[in-house]
Amino acid sequence: MRKLLVLFLLAVIAFSLYKPLSTIEFGADRMGSIENPTTVGAYYLSKTPSELSVANVITAIVVNYRGFDTLGEVSVLFLAATGLGSILYRRRKEGEHSISISKPSSQLLQAGSKLIYPAILVLGAYVFIHGHLTPGGGFQGGAIIATGILLMMMSYKDFHLNHTVLTWIESLAGITFATIGIAGLIVGKTFLENFMPIGTLNDLFSGGIIPIIYIAVGFKVAAELAGVLDTLLSIKEK
Amino acid sequence: MILFTISIVVLAVILIGVAVYAVMQKDLLFAVIATGIMSLILSVLFFLMQAPDVALTEAAIGIALTTIIFVITIRNTSRREDEVPILKESDASEMDDKQKAKI
Repeated sequence: MRKLLVLFLLAVIAFSLYKPLSTIEFGADRMGSIENPTTVGAYYLSKTPSELSVANVITAIVVNYRGFDTLGEVSVLFLAATGLGSILYRRRKEGEHSISISKPSSQLLQAGSKLIYPAILVLGAYVFIHGHLTPGGGFQGGAIIATGILLMMMSYKDFHLNHTVLTWIESLAGITFATIGIAGLIVGKTFLENFMPIGTLNDLFSGGIIPIIYIAVGFKVAAELAGVLDTLLSIKEK
Repeated sequence: MILFTISIVVLAVILIGVAVYAVMQKDLLFAVIATGIMSLILSVLFFLMQAPDVALTEAAIGIALTTIIFVITIRNTSRREDEVPILKESDASEMDDKQKAKI
């Protein structure tokens, strides 16, 4: 019976994939040309350099054209981090002694991570500051910074983050994002409208609000993921 | 060009193999490491297919953060798939001793 159900579900998935894709010829170019775009993707590819002077089209889509969706994503991450923190906080209150990393790590790992840690932080900051010029952006840069902090947490037993500072960074970054959105509503017509001067293509200071938002997102994601890891690693058991 | 296609196909085959291994493996720690390797291959594939943004995300989140979060979870629950993680009150003390002996 279960196998039949699985087969039925697979058949439904296969049919729903086949039905919309069957009308498209295999390998057909549906984008249209850059000069005469037929889909929204080709429109973004052709218009982003002149409209926003942003070299990385993906960043332009994520932060500018679909900026509201990004605000939603950031709130989802925030809610996930908050939920995890609130669930684990109860467990932590009951416990007595910490089991966070029982064995001390080796000298090699400690020396190596001390050497690499600042480099990882700088790389993460580079990735989110240059989000509109090179591949990457706020989420990627924030995640890279969180991995650097994770390395330090694993090598040093007493490396703990100040949760008050993390909360402040997180809140200020979120407030910056929302404030820029509302400023767009006041100065221009729509929420998150790009109201600042867009500058010249391939400059660090270009793209209007895009670099500011991505720096805020980078700080927010880094603080959230680091907070989640710190909470998880310091679970105390009875 | 042919080399490029061959490398993508080889990576995809390894990817599927590692994914199947991760599903079939009963030792969850091995399964989690396999998931991490899968993320590594997937990240290389994303990069080869000209999606560097996604490759960066996959590299940071898939390889490092998710793997570590799963490892922490395994440390706090049980390592084998067939072990029962939630125990009755009466069995709890016995089981704890057994687990301590194992460690």
